[in-house]
Order: sequence, then C-alpha cells, then structure tokens
Amino acid sequence: MSKISDVVKRARAAYNTGLTRPLQFRIQQLEALRRMIQERRSDITEALAADLHKNEWTAYYEEVIYVLEEIEYTIKKLPEWAKDEPVEKTPETQQDESYIHSEPLGVVLIIGTWNYPFNLTIQPMVGAIAAGNAVVLKPSELSENMANLLATILPQYLDKDLYPVINGGVPETTEVLKERFDHIFYTGSTGVGKIVMMAAAKHLTPVTLELGGKSPCYVDKDCNLDVACRRIAWGKFMNSGQTCVAPDYILCDASIQHQIVEKLKKSLKEFYGEDAKKSRDYGRIINARHFQRVMGLIEGQKVAHGGTGDMASRYIAPTILTDVDPQSQVMQEEIFGPVMPIVCVRSLEEAIQFINQREKPLALYVFSNNNNVIKKMISETSSGGVTANDVIVHITVHSLPFGGVGNSGMGAYHGKKSFETFSHSRSCLVRSLLNDDAHKARYPPSPAKVRGGEWPPHSLTSAQGVLR
Amino acid sequence: MDPFEDTLRRLREAFASGRTRPAEFRAAQLEGLGRFLRDNRQLLLDALAQDLHKSTFEAEVSEIAISQSEVDLALRNLQAWMKDERVSKNLATQLDSAFIRKEPFGLVLIIAPWNYPLNLTLVPLVGAIAAGNCVVLKPSEISKSMEKVLAEVLPRYLDQGCFAVVLGGPAETAQLLEHRFDHVFFTGSPCVGKIVMAAAAKHLTPVTLELGGKNPCYVDDDCDPQTVANRVAWFRYFNAGQTCVAPDYVLCSPETRERLLPALQNAIARFYGDDPQRSPNLGHIISQKHFKRLQGLLGCGRVAIGGQSDESERYIAPTVLVDVQETEPVMQEEIFGPILPLVSVRSLDEAIDFINRREKPLALYAFSNSSQVVQRVLAQTSSGGFCGNDGFMHMTLASLPFGGVGNSGMGRYHGKFSFDTFSHHRACLLRSPGMEKINDLRYPPYSLRNLRVLLVAMEERRCSCTLL
Repeated sequence: MSKISDVVKRARAAYNTGLTRPLQFRIQQLEALRRMIQERRSDITEALAADLHKNEWTAYYEEVIYVLEEIEYTIKKLPEWAKDEPVEKTPETQQDESYIHSEPLGVVLIIGTWNYPFNLTIQPMVGAIAAGNAVVLKPSELSENMANLLATILPQYLDKDLYPVINGGVPETTEVLKERFDHIFYTGSTGVGKIVMMAAAKHLTPVTLELGGKSPCYVDKDCNLDVACRRIAWGKFMNSGQTCVAPDYILCDASIQHQIVEKLKKSLKEFYGEDAKKSRDYGRIINARHFQRVMGLIEGQKVAHGGTGDMASRYIAPTILTDVDPQSQVMQEEIFGPVMPIVCVRSLEEAIQFINQREKPLALYVFSNNNNVIKKMISETSSGGVTANDVIVHITVHSLPFGGVGNSGMGAYHGKKSFETFSHSRSCLVRSLLNDDAHKARYPPSPAKVRGGEWPPHSLTSAQGVLR
Repeated sequence: MDPFEDTLRRLREAFASGRTRPAEFRAAQLEGLGRFLRDNRQLLLDALAQDLHKSTFEAEVSEIAISQSEVDLALRNLQAWMKDERVSKNLATQLDSAFIRKEPFGLVLIIAPWNYPLNLTLVPLVGAIAAGNCVVLKPSEISKSMEKVLAEVLPRYLDQGCFAVVLGGPAETAQLLEHRFDHVFFTGSPCVGKIVMAAAAKHLTPVTLELGGKNPCYVDDDCDPQTVANRVAWFRYFNAGQTCVAPDYVLCSPETRERLLPALQNAIARFYGDDPQRSPNLGHIISQKHFKRLQGLLGCGRVAIGGQSDESERYIAPTVLVDVQETEPVMQEEIFGPILPLVSVRSLDEAIDFINRREKPLALYAFSNSSQVVQRVLAQTSSGGFCGNDGFMHMTLASLPFGGVGNSGMGRYHGKFSFDTFSHHRACLLRSPGMEKINDLRYPPYSLRNLRVLLVAMEERRCSCTLL
C-alpha cells in the first residue's frame, strides 16, 4: 500500500514548505470549505440520505449547520487564538519577554465515523486547519456515500496535497495507522480506540479519542415529565438512536415508569406520526450488522412500545423497554439504536451507585426541578459532559470542550479547544545578553557561608516559579 | 501473586469514598508535603549528595526550593483552581448555566526519574494531590538514597489511605503498568515513554510523558562570547549535565567557535576551579552504566576542553568537544552528561535545517544580540520550550507550561498546568425546564417552513442558530 505512504509523504512535504503558517492561508482554506458546503449542499444531503435516511432538514440541522458555525466562529477568532499569550513573570524575569507561542503540530490524521459522517469528519478538520496543520482524512467506510463524496469534493475546494482523503476499510486504516503523524484524532468505539492509541504509541503521537459508552439519563420524581420526555425522545430517537451522546437508558423510580412511557409515546407520535416508518424524518440503521445487533438487544425484554423492525429497509421502530434487568445484554453495551430501556431504581443514591459501578460515560443527563438533586448527581458521578434538564445540548456550546473521560475517551475539541488540541503551546522566554552581572549570584563557586546565614539568597529561590 | 493488587484496590476504594474531594483534605496533604521538605532538609541534601554528588546550592535551588514553591503555589491557589469555570454562552443558552467542572481522574500513577529525584517526583505529586486524586508513586530505583527517603519518610506526611509508594526496577514497573490507572505521568526517556503509552493504551488511560532529546543551542556571531559561555556552561554542567533541558550541543560558525572556546575555558575554571574533580559545585554521574556510556562519548570528535574521567568517583570533567561528525554517538543520542559538542555551521539557515532534520527537542536555545535572529530561530523550529539568550530559565516560571512535543513528550505541567493535567474538565450545561417554546423549532416533523425560518434566523450572524 505504498500509495497511502505516498499521500502522507506529500502532505508532510507540503507542510514543510511552510505554506500553512500564515493565518491568511488557513482562513482562505476555511472559506473554501465553507463555499464547498454552501455550493454542494444538495450533494451532501443526498449522501446523508443514502447512508442514513436523513432528509434536507436533518442533514442540515444535525450536521452541516454545526460545521458552518464552527468555520464562522473559527475564522473570526483565529487571529486572537494564534497570538502569543504573555504570561506572568517572576521577579527575576521582569525585564524579559515571557509568553506562550502556539504552533501547528505538523501532519494530523483525522479518522471519521459513520453516524454523523459529515460533521464528525469535517468539524475536527476545521480546528486542525486553523491551527496550521496538514490534515489527512480517513472517513468511515460504513457511510460509503459520504466517504466517496468527500474524496471527490474536498480536493475541488482545498489544497490537494495538504488535505488528502484516504478511503478504505480495515486494511487501509491499519496501513494509515502505521504512518507517523503529529496527532491522531479518532471518533469511534472504545475497542478501536485502544488500537489507535497503541499504534500512536509506537511513534509517541498524541491522540484525541472521542469514544462512547452508555450515557445515563436520570429522571427524578420531581420534574416536569411532559417537557422531560419530549426532550429525551428528541435526543434519543434522532438519527434512529445512532448518536454518541444520546441518552442511552433511563433510570427512574418505578412509580413514574408508566408515565414516562406514556409521555415518550406521545412525543414520538408528535414527532414521527403513528408509524415512524412512514415519517420522512425518522432515520435508518447504518447497515445489516448493526440492525441485527440492535434487534438482538430487544429480545426477551418487556416491550412497552415498538419492538419491530424491517431488515430490508433497516428500519427499527422507536422502542421502549420497561423493568429492564441490569444484567441483560441491552444494559451491557452502548445501544446506538432507537431502543430506550428503563431501569427502575428506588432513590437518587441508588441511581448514582448504579452509574458509578459502570464505565464513565461520554454524557450524563439528569432531569429534576430540584437543584440539589442535580448538584448531587453531578458531584457524585463523572462523565465527559453533562446536560441537566435536557439532552445533548452541552455539545453545541462553543465554549464548552467536547470530550470523554475514562472509557469514553481522552482529549476534547470544539471551538477554541479544537485549536488548542491541534496546536503545540510552546513556552518562550526571551532575555537579553546584556548585563550578565545580574546573574552573578547564580554561578558557582558558592561561598561556604554567607554573612547573615542565608544560602542560597532568598532572591534566587523565591524566583523559582512563584507567582506574585 | 500480584504485589500491587491490594494497594491499588485500597486506594481505589479510598477515592470512591470521596475522601480526597474536599479542599481541606487536599490542603492538608499539601501542607504535609511542605512539612516533609522543611523537616527533612538535611536528610534530603544528604541523599542528593550521595546519589549525584549534588552541591547544597544545586540541591536547594533545583530540588528543594522548586518543590516548596510549587507546594506553596498550590496551597495559595487551590480554591481558585477548584472552582467551576464559567464559560460564555450562545443565544440559545443565555438563560442556562454553562461551566467547566474540574474533577479528579481517580487513581494516578507517577513514575519519576533519577536526575532530579526530589523535584521530578514532588512537583507532579503536588498537582495530582491538588486535583483530588489518589496517587501511586514509583520513584527511580537508580537514585537509591532518595528512593529510600521517599519510601520511608514521605508517606508519614501524607494520608496513607490515599497515597502509596511502590518500589522496583523495570520488571516491577512493567507489572505495575499492567494495572489500570486513570492517568499515568511519566518522566524519562522516549524509548520507555513508548512502552508506557502502549501499556496505557490497553486501558485507555491518558498519559503525560515528559521525555527528552538533544536540545540545540544556536550561538550567533553577533554576541558577547564570554556572556554566552557563562550561560551555556552553567546550564550545561549543572547536575553534571544530567538535565533533560540542558543545552545538548552548540551550533555556531567556525569563527564563533574560536571565540567560544577560550570563553568556555574561563567559565569552567571560574565555576569549578582548576581541579573540577575536587569542586563541591560539580555533580557526578549517577551510575556506573551511565559513567561508562559517557566515557565512551569522550572519544568522539576531538577534546578541546576537559576530557578527564575517574571511574572510582564516577567523575567526568566539564568537557567541550569539537570536530564531531553527525553520525558519531555523541550526536546520535541525548548526551545527559557534562560534555558539550560544538558543531560548526556556515549560516543561520544551515543551523535551522540541522535542527529541523532531527526530532523535536524538549528545549531549544538561541543566543544573539539581534532579536530578529532569535525570533527567526523560534519561528522556524519547534520544541517543547524555548529560551532566547539563556539556558533553561523558562522552567522557573510556573506561568509557563512545561512539556515536550513530538519525541520529547506530550502533555505539560507546573503550576496551574499541573492541576489541569490531573483533572478531567467536565462540560456542564444546566438548563431550565422552561423556554420550551424556543425548543419547539428543533422537534420533528420538519417542514420546509421550519427550515426557512431557521435559515432566515441564521443569516442574522448574531444568532448562533443551534436553536436546540
């Protein structure tokens, strides 16, 4: 596969010319990316429709709009982010310049994924470009139409050598991972995340891993159930449940389980009609393997709603399971499908314990009118991020970093955090060569005893990194 | 029988109990560290003298004072660092509460090296404790005297339910690394850094790797040779050259080389006297193995200054080599000893090329009266940190992050950066159940009318239209 090796070599050679260093160049590329999105919107929508049954609304509103926003925000802020950041000086360095200088890392690999195949490939790319890197893109082969589209249109708008697209399956991805990069950004599963990090370790390449997990959704007895269930239904069944920050399962008191089911059903009917299969807005499962996997999770469960599927169209009805046993398969893996299990717990404490017995999730949700419940839930658990009284929305705030912890990932991005992730913050101290006398005290030989008894002089030791 | 199983389980349970969360607990631990330093000053000085023939001056300045000031800094700023960090919101989330919560990871492993065995153990430890983690410390077995103090004395000053010291060599460390930690902080060689990262990858454990490399030191023709020689010599021969950020080799023109040689001779004589082996201010080599390695390097190129060695004292004279070839061992590996090769280059361009052909170093130095020259070296290279016209002074500012890039490492610490390195930054958004009308636009069924309203709203740039 020397072809992959050549592509990476070319990207590095292009990077080494220094072409990406001026901000003007980076902004031009981002503007070209924006033009690409605007001019090729229908192609992008078509690809998303073919891969995941998205329509022009869901394509735009769930994917494209975030990328456009990110580009807009990045272009505006880039000059500020790229500036040297002066830092506080010690008494000894008052006459010097001390600052943090942001530099590109070099050649960055971005491995995309299939559930939001446009957004999750291109949004990180925006930060990587802004930080001045060359970017090798490896879209997911599962969302085949988008992968092919990106390989076609990106070179038409962006520099071909600096931002190549490499397509292929496992063999090609394995091959790409043998190459040396200056940062690897991966979105996908925990299992493959480990493989990526192992490959990166061989070259001491830093990684950002956006993984997943089972994002719990605790619904308190004291909450507005109508609003809660509406928001939960929206977040859960969007893209047919194939969202890394979707509420994976509900934890609630048994006394409200039935109400929750009824209200979820009500919202589902409002969103997708009586038969979601007929709704333009309801997604499809990405492929047969995942279809079978998700259908398998429903087996043996108490189905309160839905539970059916159609293999030919890879449609799975919005499904709600009740009284779910924590030991059952549906509670062992990230569902990534339109199946909502409800697990009954007898108290907030039990819910917290339940959550803490499991791997740290990418997101955590808590619905309650009582701020103390929310505070307690947040302070006694951990997760990548949290939204209280809604779902998913925390990832749409530019100034909040988006990333996981533990099994759900490491590193973060979005907004300025993307720029930081793809940059090296280089500590700089610039002194003058004049006046070496000022430094006399630091040079040996040290006197055996200093009159007055204090050695080393306080001025030296107190200069050691003490912020005043 | 796994010797670490019980200890790790105990520490995990302690973390789960929440003991390390309150600021009071963390502050008490930090105060304990401060007392450890103050109560055992002589013991620590003796250990450093035994391990590395470290002078009182060097020990105070580079080990004890630095550790103390990091403890003091953390105590002073703990509350501020622990506070939730409010972030700016977009239009859709104006009424919500958006902030980043700093949370401990859990169980942290710190693997420390032998060259600054107190500093490079305690400074990361300060950050890990301040951030609320439980900590396993693995001091270097090569700096035996300090290892003993850290194993036997340090634990008395900390809550041993939340802190443990484990001992051993490479085999034990490998075994330790098979366990799961929530963060691994390693200081050492790039070679072992790869092993640590690969082990961490199995558990998706984030790592901070403080590694090394060959730190280039460019000396321009436009400079005062004695001033430069004083500074370069001091930072080179400090701790007998066993410093990860020491200038490893000099790049200069043949003319400047001729001016530097007598100046370096002067500096060495001034600092260490006519018989440096007898000087209390010059360190000795840590072990027989490293001594032999360095003795071998003395055969590279031609000895211009120094070159003496004494196996019985593991003493190597402050040495300057000239006429070295790039292929010789002294230019292939990080020297980590009191040997300074002067490499001739014909221009600044050649120097920059020379630097960029090699792995990114941990530190990079440029000496010149011309700030353009200094800025050019900075702009056209990359490195962990940079200092113009001096040695590793940049490390004395806690406001500057300390870390590598590429082969010299990933991640950073010192001051607040330590606290941040050992914390998970959790994005939190607390929404109110109200404002449902605004949310309405995001729910299906999606019509062209919705889309048009949204697009119009988006044209108004101010509206960040993630109207979720």
